[in-house]
Order: sequence, then C-alpha cells, then structure tokens
Amino acid sequence: MATVSSPLRLGAGVIRVGDGVSLRVRRRPIVVSGVLAAILVALFVFALGTGDFPISPGDVIASLLGGGDEGTRFIVRDLRLPRAVCAILVGVALALSGAIFQALTRNPLGSPDIIGFPQGASVGALVVITIIGGSGAVVALGAIAGGALTALAVYGLAFKRGATSGYRIILVGVAISFMLLSVIDYLLARARIEEAQEATRWLLGSLNNRSWDDVLPVAVVVALLLPALVPATRSLRALELGDDSANGLGVQVERARLGLIGLAVGLVSITTVAVGPIGFVALTAPQIARRLAHSAGPPMVCSALTGAVIVLASDIVAQRLIGSTPLPVGVMTGTFGGLYLAWLLTMEWRSGRR
Amino acid sequence: MHASAITDTTPVARSGRLTRSAGLGLALAVLAFAALLSLAVGARSIPLEHAFDALLHGGDSQEATIIRDLRIPRTVLGIAVGAAIGVAGALMQALTRNPLADPGLLGVNAGASAAVVIALALGLAGAASSIWFAFLGAAVASIVVYGIGTAGRGGATPVRLALAGTAISAALTAIIYGIVLTDTKLLQQYNFWSVGALGGRGRTQLETAAPFIVAGLVIALILARSLNALALGDDSARALGARVARTRIAGAVAVVLLCGSATAAAGPMYFLGLTVPHAARAICGPDQRWVLTYSAVLGAALLLISDVVGRVIVRPGELQAGVVLAVIGTPVFIALVRGKRIAAL
Repeated sequence: MATVSSPLRLGAGVIRVGDGVSLRVRRRPIVVSGVLAAILVALFVFALGTGDFPISPGDVIASLLGGGDEGTRFIVRDLRLPRAVCAILVGVALALSGAIFQALTRNPLGSPDIIGFPQGASVGALVVITIIGGSGAVVALGAIAGGALTALAVYGLAFKRGATSGYRIILVGVAISFMLLSVIDYLLARARIEEAQEATRWLLGSLNNRSWDDVLPVAVVVALLLPALVPATRSLRALELGDDSANGLGVQVERARLGLIGLAVGLVSITTVAVGPIGFVALTAPQIARRLAHSAGPPMVCSALTGAVIVLASDIVAQRLIGSTPLPVGVMTGTFGGLYLAWLLTMEWRSGRR
Repeated sequence: MHASAITDTTPVARSGRLTRSAGLGLALAVLAFAALLSLAVGARSIPLEHAFDALLHGGDSQEATIIRDLRIPRTVLGIAVGAAIGVAGALMQALTRNPLADPGLLGVNAGASAAVVIALALGLAGAASSIWFAFLGAAVASIVVYGIGTAGRGGATPVRLALAGTAISAALTAIIYGIVLTDTKLLQQYNFWSVGALGGRGRTQLETAAPFIVAGLVIALILARSLNALALGDDSARALGARVARTRIAGAVAVVLLCGSATAAAGPMYFLGLTVPHAARAICGPDQRWVLTYSAVLGAALLLISDVVGRVIVRPGELQAGVVLAVIGTPVFIALVRGKRIAAL
C-alpha cells in the first residue's frame, strides 16, 4: 500500500510501499510531467484531426480505437498516425540523447547537434550514396559512422591537457560543421542528378511522407533502449557528483561513461537514419525541462516529454504555416533553437556564472 | 649612451620597414600571379602567354573574347571582394580586440543574406536595390550579436561573440530556408547565391558593389592610426588623443559597407576574414596601417586562388570559391581555438 508522508520541504515528499520500499519524491517534476503529457496528447489529437480533411477530436479517438467509418480510419491511422508517432519517437530519442550528453559533459553545449553529429551523419550518408553507390541500410550505417566519427573528432580536437572546456567543444564543433558543410557541397557538386536528389533528404530533417515502414526501426530501437535508461540514469546521477564521488558510491566510472555514450549515440543515430538531421532539439529540450522541473541536472522523463512536444508542435506549425507547401520540421526547430540558444547564453552571462 | 641607443634603433626600424615593403611587394606579386591564373585556368584552358597577350593587345579571337567578357570581370570581382572581406576581418579583429572575429562567424553574412532573401520574397528588391537590404541586415545582425556578447559583467570576450554569432546565424539560416523552400523561383536564385562564389556573377554586381567597397576601404585606411591607439585599450587610446567612440562607429560603418556589398556581390564567404588578418599580422607585426594593407592584398590573392582551385578539382563542373575557403580556414580556426590566448579565457 502506498502512502505519501508529509512533505520534508516544499515540493518534496516520501512514498512508502509497505515497510521495505521508500522513495523520496519531488512533486514538481511529477506535476510538470503530467502537464507536458497532457499537452502532448492534445497536440497528438490535433495533429491527427486537422489537415486537408478535418476530423473532429471525437472521431479521431474513435478511429484510433478501431471505430468510425473506413475513410476516416484510413486517413487517421495510415496517413497521419505514422507521421505523428514518428515525431514523438524522434523527439523522445533526441531529447534523451541530449540529456545524457549534457549531464556527462556537465554543459548544455555538449549536445550532439553542437558537436557536429548531424553534419557528420549527412556526410557519411552522402559518401555512401555518391561514392560507394549504396542504398537503404548501407546509407543508414554510413550516417551513423559519419556522426560518431565527427563526434569523436570534435572531442579529440577540443581535448587539451586532460580536459575539454565546454566552450572549446562548441567552437571546434562550429568549425568542423562548417568544414563538413563544404564537404557536402563538394560531394553534391560531383554527384549525378538522381544521387543529388536522394541526398537532399539527408540535408534537412523532414517528417514529410513518413509511412509505417519508416517508423518501425525507430520504434524498435527506442523500445529496446528505453529499459536500459533506468540503470543508466542512476549511474548518471552518481557521475554528476564527480568521478571520485561516483566511484565511492560503487559506480564503475569508465564503464558507466562508455555505456552512457553508447546509449546516447544509438538514440541520436536512429533518429538521423529515420528522418535526417533535426537540429537543436537535443540541445533545447533538456534545458527547458531542467528549468521547468527546477532540477540540477537534465531530468530524463521531463526531457523526453519536452522533446516530443517540441518536435510534434514544430511539425504541426511547419506543415500548416504556409498553405500549400509543407516545410521541413528542421526549419522550425532551427529557428526556435537558435533563438533559444542566444537567450540561454545571454541569461548565463548576465547571471555571471561564466 | 643615450644617443647611441637612438642610433641603434633607427636602422632596426628602417630594416623593419624594408622587410615589410619587400613583403608587400612579394604579396602583390602573388596576387598578380593568382590573377593571371584566374584568367588562364577554367573550363577552357588558355595558355598563360596567350592570356597575357589577350590582356595586352585585345583582339577578336575566341580566347580573347572569353578573357575579356568572362574572366576579367570575374577576376576583378574576386580582387574587390577578397580585399573587402580581408580588410573587414582585420577591422573587426582590431575593433573588438578579438582574434576570432570574422564576418561569417559573427553573423554579419547571415544577416545580410536573410535581409536580401526576405526582401526578394516580399518583392521589395530587385537585383540592384538588394544591396541596401544587405547593408541593413548586416548592421542589424552585428548589433544583435554584439548586444548578446556584451550582456553581463564579463564584457564581450572573443568566445562569447563567437557563440552569440553562431546562435544568431543558426536561427537566420533556418529562417532563410523556411522562406526559400516555399518558392521554387526564389530557391533557384538562392541556391545560386547561398555559397560564396565568383562564377556567374556579372558586371552588374561588380558595378553596384564597387563604390561601397572603395568607400569602406578608404574609411578603414583613414582609421588605421586610431586603431593602433585603440589596441592599447580605451583609456590609453584616449590619453593618446584618439577619439574612441568615433573610431568604433566609423569602423563599424566600414565593416557593414564592406561585408554588405561583398555579400551582395558574391554571396557569403566564411573564414576569409578570419585567416587573412592573422597571416598579415604574422608577416608585418601589429601596426594596423600595414595589417590593413596586407589584408587587402592577401585577401584578394587567397580568394582568387580558392576560385582557381575550385575550377580545377571537380572538372567539368566548378566548386564555389566559398567552399574551398572553408576547407582552408577551418584548421586555422581550430588552431586559434586551441591556442593559449583563447584557452585562458
């Protein structure tokens, strides 16, 4: 039987299950998660119900549960549902990967989008398409290899006298991104027309024309990796205290760090394979979640929900902003994320923390 | 004792000036050679002596026509844009006392591009009037980036300005894509112009931009002496009789003129404004009169060389000069970021 004791201090309480289990819980992250989940559900129903053929929220829910007429069911379940599910999965995966990277580097700028991962993945995919002439899974593999190599290169170049400073990482990342963009231009210039057309998908992340075939791999990988997050989060919290303290708490530091990096790279890779590079979600979602939940490090559940809300909302706006032409979702997240980064930097500097 | 100290330094100063003059001569020779290459190399190669001949005597042969109508305007545009961005980079680095300053990295190019794209999308601008929007965008973006960089107590450190520039550039680039992707005609125009290049730009662009580039260069050279004073810090500069605020404002105007017109004429160039002044300072020392002059010559030479390389490596196609520049500039930037001065910040 679960009881909630009187709060230890404002916003915190203790849950006891019988005599054996007791958990100290802060209320605020739970409330925030609840609100975010509610927003997400509302956006989800809205995304499924609007478009060229408007469907009322009641009918949307009915057809999701298997009712309604056949035409409505087709539109909701086969045309709009894959896209919305894809947006949510991608948002969750990007946000979690960003949260892990940021917690490991103890710096919001340690996110995969800052350290050149998306550009690296694009170059990897383009190399496979234009030079090796591969397609399908080989391209995906190339993208993952390209992204991982870039991240390694940026960390390596930013590493100096046994430490990486957060700012050096971002500046090296910026420089490497610029160079990779040039490499992309070079590869496109020497590619044949049809190769170049296939390549454009890898240059700006887009959710346009997603079917269940595109969603399935993301869903499988996210479903496989999510359970691993529970122990991962525990060691992450220990690592946030510093390597020595984590060691004292019984965490094998190097093994935990390697596992966490692998997890984060896996999450960001699968989104890149599914929808191409979508910028700034991994950076912004954990930061927004941290501020909403008033927590010290990036909170996992809140980050995941925030990421899903950001990508789904961005996609809804991108699809409907200009009547006839749906924009790639990357346009919205890039605009929003760039401005958010500017704001974040201003706030950090104004408060004199750095 | 005292007198001998003076006589000792004078020959040193004189020999310093001699090396710098000789170096400038060498740089000019490199520029001349790059210009000649730019006339000779291309989809149709023309032997150097024929190029030289056509340059001196004209004529109506096919080769002479190619050189006169295509390659000379392209080369002159390269010299003008390269000099403009080289000097703009040197000015920015001197004004903000920031070794990482570059018109591309600090968002000035992105601002100019975004303003031009918005003006074209709204039907406000034609080919000729777009330059005014480029100035406007460059000015607004510089002010915003500088404003973010100076927030809080630490002041505008090099790293802060670079980060602020990155954030603003990212947002502006996404906005540009959002606009051009909705309009096929605009997309074609933008693709042609989104990467800095010298090919396909005609006399019109050059003629529109030239007066502003010349004005910017003149302002920069007039400011050189005050910039030397500024390098000692604001207080010392004031004590030396330099007008600090006026120098800053005039310098900013020159930067906007140079970057705006160069971007409007050739598209955004990254890392040119970053690398060239560093190379210049390595050769001629910190005197801004020399740094600015060297930056103009070296900027023009580097841009022409990048353009020639771009014409050769993806034959029969062409790679834009801006692409080649980024590959050359990135290692320089990373070396700077890893350097002692930045690491200490």
